[in-house]
Amino acid sequence: MIIHHPLLGPRDASEFTYLGDAALIHRPDWEAEDALDQFIDYGYLRSNPAGLHRELWFHEGGDRSWLVVTRDTTTHEITKVELARDVARQEGRSK
Amino acid sequence: MSQTNRLNGGLINRDRPMSFKFDGKSFQGYEGDTLASALLANNVRLMGRSFKYHRPRGPLTAGSEEPNAIVELRSGARKEPNTRATTAELFDGLTATSQNRWPSLAFDAMAVNDRLSTFFAAGFYYKTFMWPAAFWEKVYEPIIRKAAGLGSLSLEPDPDSYDKGFLHCDLLVIGAGPTGLMAALTAARSGAEVILADEDFALGGRLNAETFSVGDQSASGWAASLVGELSAMPNVRVMPRTTVIGAFDHGIYGAVERVSDHLPVPADGKPRQILWRIYSKQAILAAGATERPIAFEQNDRPGIMLASALRSYVNRWAATPAKRVAVFTNNDDGHRTAADLHAQGVKIAAVIDTRADGPVSRDYEVLQGAQVSDTMGRLGLTFVKVQLADGSERTLECGALGVSGGWNPNVHLASHQRGRPTWQDDIAAFVPGDALPVGMSAAGAALGHFSTHGALQSGVDVATKALDVLGITSNRPTLPEAEDAPINVTPFWHVDGAKRAWLDQQNDVTAKDVKLAHQENFTSVEHLKRYTTLGMATDQGKTSNMGGLAIMAELAGKSIPQVGTTIFRPPYTPTAIGTLAGRSRDEDFRPVRKTPSHTWAEEQGAVFVEVGMWLRAQWFPKDGETHWRQSVDREVSQTRKSVGICDVTTLGKIDVQGADAATFLNKIYCNPFAKVPVGKVRYGLMLREDGIAMDDGTAARLAEDHFVVTTTTANAVGVYRHMEFVRQCLFPDLDVQLISTTEAWAQYSVAGPNARDLLQKVVDPEHDISNEAFPYMACGEISIGGVRGRLFRISFSGELAYEIAVPTRYGDALIRKLVAAGEEFDAVVYGTEALGVMRIEKGHAAGNELNGTTTALNLGMGRMVNKKKDSIGSTLSEREGLNTEDALKLVGFKPVDPSKSVPAGAHLMTKGDKVDAAHDQGYITSACYSPNLGHHIGIGFLKSGDTRLGEIVRLVSPLTEVDHDVEVVSAHFIDPEGDRLRV
Repeated sequence: MIIHHPLLGPRDASEFTYLGDAALIHRPDWEAEDALDQFIDYGYLRSNPAGLHRELWFHEGGDRSWLVVTRDTTTHEITKVELARDVARQEGRSK
Repeated sequence: MSQTNRLNGGLINRDRPMSFKFDGKSFQGYEGDTLASALLANNVRLMGRSFKYHRPRGPLTAGSEEPNAIVELRSGARKEPNTRATTAELFDGLTATSQNRWPSLAFDAMAVNDRLSTFFAAGFYYKTFMWPAAFWEKVYEPIIRKAAGLGSLSLEPDPDSYDKGFLHCDLLVIGAGPTGLMAALTAARSGAEVILADEDFALGGRLNAETFSVGDQSASGWAASLVGELSAMPNVRVMPRTTVIGAFDHGIYGAVERVSDHLPVPADGKPRQILWRIYSKQAILAAGATERPIAFEQNDRPGIMLASALRSYVNRWAATPAKRVAVFTNNDDGHRTAADLHAQGVKIAAVIDTRADGPVSRDYEVLQGAQVSDTMGRLGLTFVKVQLADGSERTLECGALGVSGGWNPNVHLASHQRGRPTWQDDIAAFVPGDALPVGMSAAGAALGHFSTHGALQSGVDVATKALDVLGITSNRPTLPEAEDAPINVTPFWHVDGAKRAWLDQQNDVTAKDVKLAHQENFTSVEHLKRYTTLGMATDQGKTSNMGGLAIMAELAGKSIPQVGTTIFRPPYTPTAIGTLAGRSRDEDFRPVRKTPSHTWAEEQGAVFVEVGMWLRAQWFPKDGETHWRQSVDREVSQTRKSVGICDVTTLGKIDVQGADAATFLNKIYCNPFAKVPVGKVRYGLMLREDGIAMDDGTAARLAEDHFVVTTTTANAVGVYRHMEFVRQCLFPDLDVQLISTTEAWAQYSVAGPNARDLLQKVVDPEHDISNEAFPYMACGEISIGGVRGRLFRISFSGELAYEIAVPTRYGDALIRKLVAAGEEFDAVVYGTEALGVMRIEKGHAAGNELNGTTTALNLGMGRMVNKKKDSIGSTLSEREGLNTEDALKLVGFKPVDPSKSVPAGAHLMTKGDKVDAAHDQGYITSACYSPNLGHHIGIGFLKSGDTRLGEIVRLVSPLTEVDHDVEVVSAHFIDPEGDRLRV
């Protein structure tokens, strides 16, 4: 596969390591009332879609960016690649 | 007599005769021959034995789809089993041996299987080797193992090298027949970057095997002139002897180039084969088509082959398998074979056409509406029996029979991404479907355009479309005149009533086997394949699958497209493991990481151990030491008595900088880091988000905004990845940067009562490293002979200890300086074994304890998990299941009988309890012999271990027959108060 890195252009997938569902960005608030339940969902409940999937890839053999790659799991077509840091900020994560 | 079956003409170089051997007998051939064509020219039709029944077989084809003529090529370490004689390029001195026969090809004792064929029908193994159960291991399996497998390995290391390469192009053209050549020409003249790959050594595909002309040249002449033009263009890479073996994601193709297989040995510095990874923007599948056989009684005798193969042997290689041949066809192409052979002076016994309305000839007899009903000739065809249209029988004398059942487009690569081919009625064959791999289009015969004109046209058209996608204006070449015969084919798959009509000659699957499978309800094609083995092994059913499908369809009352095909998977043709491995073999199997003291350690005679990719000194044997324990005991004792030096460079080092560096570490570690003063080191425990311990190490604060984090050797990569995840994905606005500096610093541990005195001699005198100025857990920048370095007062051994670091390039100099400075203290150098012994004596957790199942609580560090801050894993570490009353706790163990050992992995049982999993109390994680205590010790996890000190428990390991008592003790065997650390 080829991943179009937002900063570095097309790179071979072998330069990357895969983590999984980009939902891992949505880490719960540790001070919430039901923090324990939320963390259990966060840690263990992932969807496994046949189709479009947003997932985290790490450019380990490259610039060490974490990327959010939108990939169709049935065809491997990649429709979008973003810097995970930008995604995290857009989704309200900060410090 | 030499080459009795050699004809005139052909694309062989008669000025370059070549000698070769087959089964020890010498023959002559010519440059341009394959092993199969040269053997046929020498009147050798018998080239192999079939897999199951050991039936005599000759070549069925003239290409890579060959099921029968597979041989062992070369000898000694270069011996290669299962090589197709039909693609093996002849070279002077080639040796080949037939396989799957004993004692000889003509007389094979295992052919007795053929007599017993009634018992060996489909599913034979599943039905027969069922009982008695005791027979399986002792009787059945050895027999099956001996009989199974094709060819034999040399069992010597492969002397050749293999390589890998990467290529990029606008357009990859797969196949250099008329379609591929025309497509490549179109794209090349339009300025695109083109790669043209073909498995053959002579480019041109079928053009090299035909007698018609293209434009005003012979077909092969036209192909050669086009190849010449393309080869001269700077934007074209022409790759003969290169098989595209797989279509992968996003326009990436795998291709194997056989660089040296046509030579006795590879040229100096050249690999035998190269595995190319081709990145293409567009690709054209111009892989042509493969003729398919017809199943009839005894259709596997040497001499019976595909009509097109017969034509190739005669036209391209000027070799005929016999002087008198017949043709059996259901389409017009079979007649072309007869005409070409007749023109070459080969006698045509008859053309047997299943159709009543096929063409006729003035030159030879055509039997219309006829079928081959039987054949004769044990080691080679002698007669065929024909059932005529009127029901009467005729026997024809012939030494070869060309069979033509129509043509199948080579759709394989088009289906490598699971796209299913679609059925096309007019050619009675599958063509590539709609869901092709991204960027791929099929053209020419691979798309069902079988005439030469159709192929040329298709090549231009499809290339033009691909160029459109690339935004390149097409410069369309003019098409040369070429034959444009229509395809007249009436599907005809098998002759009814045959007892042994072979579909898959490689796996000895008959039409009857397919019927049996169907009768036993194996109705899916995938099940049929597994049950009968139809389409397995080296040819993957290239000539047999369609016949099997057709019979399946007939039996199920379905159409062939309803039955469907099995899934096509890479590689297209068999690929050597060595090619896939490339240079990653032997010492280059994976990279080796050496520490800066490696050369020095080698000089000391160190024994090395692999830790991940690192090579670390395990111990340093001295003269007279015959057992590793002697060395390790000495290293440990001397370190604790005086001072020892150890290379700890391999520990992961991560530089953390930025205004929020401390805040960041507070997230990463479960214990607090915000208030670590500058110049101090703190031990840190990292949890995974699920609350399980991930790694531990130290973080040294060199400045307000600068920490150096260490990780364990094994987890360095994973911890760094995790830290980047936390930084980028969870807390993107923290002002912090990370970089791995593991390889930037050489680091040595100096441990023992004399550690400070030794270091005092090494660090530059302006640095005060007294206990007052540089106490336990201090850190700071120092210099050694003017070279900047770092000093950390941390201890893994439990002794007064330091770790001293310098930039990697000074690592060798520093180890030598430390050892020289240590002479007056009788300093010892120690390896990873002594390191391990000392940390077990001290009760420090390491990889065996941080084993992916243990929590901070288990490790005795439960109170370190700070609840006043958010850190990775802190919330889930509070889960009930991880905090039970009887949770495992890390404790120490010593044997009640001091002569006994405490083996790691052994389990702990309460005295008097049953020894089973339900009563398991824990297990030993690390163990060693303690030279300081004089007996074995261990540390491990015991349920409520911290409240059971002094209890005697039972240590068991039923597999290794361990069963004795151990006492539960503190894990801190040495200096439990830590006084030694602080002196």
